Amino acid sequence: MPGSLSNFKFAGFKALLAAFALLLVFAQPAAAQLSFKPTAEAVQEDKLLNALKEGDKISGRISIPDKNAANLIQPAGRDWRDFHRSKLPWIGGVAILGMVALLALFMMVRGRIRVHKGFSGKTILRFASFERFTHWLTASCFIILALSGLNVSFGRTLILPLFGADAFAAMSAWAKLAHNYLAFPFMLGVAIMFLIWIKDNIPGRLDIEWIKQGGGLFSHGKHVPAKRFNAGQKGIFWIVVIGGALMSVSGWFLLFPYLPGNVTILQFWTVIHAVIAMLFIAAMLAHIYIGSIGMEGAFDAMGTGEVDLNWAKEHHALWVEEQQKKAGAPSDRTPHAVPAE
Amino acid sequence: MARVKFLCDADRCIECNACVTACKNEHEVPWGINRRRVVTINDGKPGERSVSMACMHCTDAPCAAVCPVSCFYTTADGVVLHSKDLCIGCGYCFYACPFGAPQYPKVGNFGSRGKMDKCTYCAGGPEADSTPAEYAKYGANRLAEGKLPICAEMCSTKSLLAGDGAIIAEIYKERVMKRGYGSGMWGWKTAYADSPTG
Repeated sequence: MPGSLSNFKFAGFKALLAAFALLLVFAQPAAAQLSFKPTAEAVQEDKLLNALKEGDKISGRISIPDKNAANLIQPAGRDWRDFHRSKLPWIGGVAILGMVALLALFMMVRGRIRVHKGFSGKTILRFASFERFTHWLTASCFIILALSGLNVSFGRTLILPLFGADAFAAMSAWAKLAHNYLAFPFMLGVAIMFLIWIKDNIPGRLDIEWIKQGGGLFSHGKHVPAKRFNAGQKGIFWIVVIGGALMSVSGWFLLFPYLPGNVTILQFWTVIHAVIAMLFIAAMLAHIYIGSIGMEGAFDAMGTGEVDLNWAKEHHALWVEEQQKKAGAPSDRTPHAVPAE
Repeated sequence: MARVKFLCDADRCIECNACVTACKNEHEVPWGINRRRVVTINDGKPGERSVSMACMHCTDAPCAAVCPVSCFYTTADGVVLHSKDLCIGCGYCFYACPFGAPQYPKVGNFGSRGKMDKCTYCAGGPEADSTPAEYAKYGANRLAEGKLPICAEMCSTKSLLAGDGAIIAEIYKERVMKRGYGSGMWGWKTAYADSPTG
């Protein structure tokens, strides 16, 4: 208490202090460079915060083993929050709902793309069993990864109110586990698809023509000649390969959060993971549409692996010629058309 | 109801780490997790200061805003708590937190994250007050016993203050006035900037 200092017991001490203060005053010129001004010298939080660059943190030294704990304040967390709460729902909403709307519009305008000459009844092998296995391995993983990922971004708003906190948390915990573990077969699938299909997906001269004509998407019955994959399919291939690689790299850091060990790097990879995921899902919606209800005869390629010869001739005229030449006689059915392995 | 906060007067902190140790002991915090830590800024340079930091129990808490399963809640006293039953260990609160408060025990095959653990302001969790179940998940509930957080109560230099935000801010301002300097109420701008009570 300040009052107790004025107690007579301290009178002697006060006198001593006064003498000492006097000494300091007289010694002022000599002590000028030695004087310690705590106000001026002490680290100021305000100054440190103002001096921070984007993504920077105020950090120091720490004596516990976890060196990440040396970060005292990281204001970038607020930008990350803003990204997740304000920006990501828009990016995802516009990409995914926008794609659904586009596809609905396309379906209304164009309708189902028919096999112009009708089914011939004869088939040609388009995808061998190993190719189909790889496709469906990747595709089934992708669907679960996409749904469990969307659950993290939108579940709280859309699903939680329906089931309540407990049921939603239990479901989300399983979804997270599925997301973590199915990431590995997905990465494997993308890698195999890259290896087995790269040779047919190198962009070429024909692709320019295909793009110029809009892939014949808007012209009934008119088809642009294409080899095994047309420019649109090549586009899907590269979206899957590049998108899959980005998802894998970013996901790898999120799977093993102690690898990068730095919150700023982890924030960066979550943003990449989330944005690419939204665009990836939107692109795959278009792929799913055109491979199922959007085009007559297309699903067989990944279903049974055998497509109708007329479908093949309309969409991949050059590929059919090539296959028939390979088989020797221009027979109607080419049982060993694509030895993929 | 009071709006409780933490305040570390860095000009008084002597980096003894007693708050860190007391916290670990009080709540039997698992190995590898520190709910509170002391960071030394400008170590070895003039103007060096140490700051004891834990969850600041933010107003409009970022962790609660980004949690995908909405496991956070704020008590009437302004303490930010979470339910380990709901937590899925996704790490989002860790990305959003400006103070690095959320931590996760390493579990599973990859050493991935378990259920998040952080400072509870010695206020336990959603379980019934002072039950073994609450203690096992969140540690002691001193607030329910009418006590303040252990870290602040045993701070030998009274650098770390806990209690009604208005009162501890007043105590700090008086100190600054009296001694003529102060390095700031660390983290307050970040944690309570949007707070109507400051």
